Amino acid sequence: MSKRIRNLWKNHPLSALVSLLVWGAALLVTALLVFLVGFIAVKGVRHLSPELFALNYTTDNVSLMPALLNTLIITVIALLIAVPLGIFAAVYLAEYAKKGSRIVRLIRVTTETLQGIPSILYGLFGLLFFSTALKWGYSLLAGSVTLVIMILPLVIRTTEEALLGVPDAYREASFGLGAGKLRTIFCVVLPAAIPGILSGVILATGRIVGETAALLYPAGTVANIGKGKLLNLFRSGRSLAVHMYVLSTEGLYMEQAYATAVVLLVLVLILNAVSTFCARRLMKRQGQSERSELF
Amino acid sequence: MRVLFLAAACTSVLAVALICVFLFANGIPAMLEIGLPDFLFGQKWKPTNDLYGILPFILGSVYVTAGSVVIGVPLALLTAVFLAFYCPKRLYPALKAMINLMAGIPSVVYGFFGLILIVPLMRELTGRDGSTMLTASILLGIMILPTVTGVVEPALRSVPPQYYEGSLALGATHERSVFFTVLPAARSGVIAGIVLGIGRSIGETMAVIMVAGNQTWMPQGLLKGVRTMTTNIVMEMGYAADLHREALIATGVVLFVFILIINLCVSALKRRTAYE
Repeated sequence: MSKRIRNLWKNHPLSALVSLLVWGAALLVTALLVFLVGFIAVKGVRHLSPELFALNYTTDNVSLMPALLNTLIITVIALLIAVPLGIFAAVYLAEYAKKGSRIVRLIRVTTETLQGIPSILYGLFGLLFFSTALKWGYSLLAGSVTLVIMILPLVIRTTEEALLGVPDAYREASFGLGAGKLRTIFCVVLPAAIPGILSGVILATGRIVGETAALLYPAGTVANIGKGKLLNLFRSGRSLAVHMYVLSTEGLYMEQAYATAVVLLVLVLILNAVSTFCARRLMKRQGQSERSELF
Repeated sequence: MRVLFLAAACTSVLAVALICVFLFANGIPAMLEIGLPDFLFGQKWKPTNDLYGILPFILGSVYVTAGSVVIGVPLALLTAVFLAFYCPKRLYPALKAMINLMAGIPSVVYGFFGLILIVPLMRELTGRDGSTMLTASILLGIMILPTVTGVVEPALRSVPPQYYEGSLALGATHERSVFFTVLPAARSGVIAGIVLGIGRSIGETMAVIMVAGNQTWMPQGLLKGVRTMTTNIVMEMGYAADLHREALIATGVVLFVFILIINLCVSALKRRTAYE
């Protein structure tokens, strides 16, 4: 190996240099990520304390528990709306739509557009439409529905890809056994696509958990949860990411901000790992099905 | 049921229509009231004196985005080349997972990282304020890396292997084949990746607001503070009223137009890649 490198250096100095650059870039990126995660983890873990998970937020104890609960509520509502909607839309695109028809093109263009819109514009829209025009005020509901629009394209795209990945033989076999189109979709195609759909949904969850700009205005920044109001969707509340933004810009509670960063990072790491795991299972299963077709 | 599925699919159409209507309906009257030239090219933003010029923020967005491209894109391209042509098979899944994780880290966490590490570092190095255009550019450069790499790597892989092999057969080295044959052949994908990165960069808010300084004056240099269109909205929306509030929404409209143009470029490039 080292001989090859020496020869390369002697005969093709430019190539050797480029090679060095490529390896250097990969190393640098790895180092950056490891450093970023490591730095926040090392500095943050020692600020994690049981008090940070107290149910009540006070100025003495900047607990992150209310924010965590808010995040959970927002995530659940957003997923409850976005997942069925996204799956149905993807079913239409993958199973029903004629390719290249006008409406399909329109749907694709708009979905792509939604994907490119930055989260601050979603936040602005949520404020103008849900909070102001529909008079929901600064509320968890307005925040959640804003996020529905934000993650919808992601759910549609991943589900559609998962559906397209299901071999046609499944559909043909189901039709051959006398099942109708709807039964085929719900009992054969969708179950086979579950790992792919799940990986997309979890990716979307990650985006919800980490979202700040789209929530800041529609959902507001109230730090505490009033007594008995936990499930009141029309109250304002900050999510974990918003909590962290407020803490670090106020600059008064940096230790708690470190700890919140750790919690956020851990959540995102877990979600990412689960999503990758699901995607890999999907690939494995598809690999198997291809093999079984060979036999 | 078919109708139900179709209706679900049409929500994205409805969403885009609503976003357009509400942003434009709330933003354009303010633009007209302020006067379009005064709004777009005015150099002073002083809501208390009824001066609403957003040129500093437009330029701020453009400069910071350009900086992030200069810093992030070469690194992203090299990383994509590494993933596609250099990476040992055993290392690949780990590295790919890492890039995905990088894309998944929330922007507040990036912002926080910038705030506690890059800003103090810049302060040490320059001896002045650490929240500068350069700081924001560096941070955004890191943030757009996974986006660009994620588009460029598949584009590199989709180039027919004959290109690479043909080049090798003509006596070129591995490096020369990759950089002078495969990379040019994948240029549509590469450009699409860069444009997508630009979109990410110009729309990023939370990370920028935490490290850029947010002064309202015209951008004065790499080592001075700067405010972008996105951060202008977040900074002042909380307390703005009347024309001030509408002017902020109008800032959002200008940002939206930028994003739409970038989106158009991306989809045009994607279509071209598909034809090739």
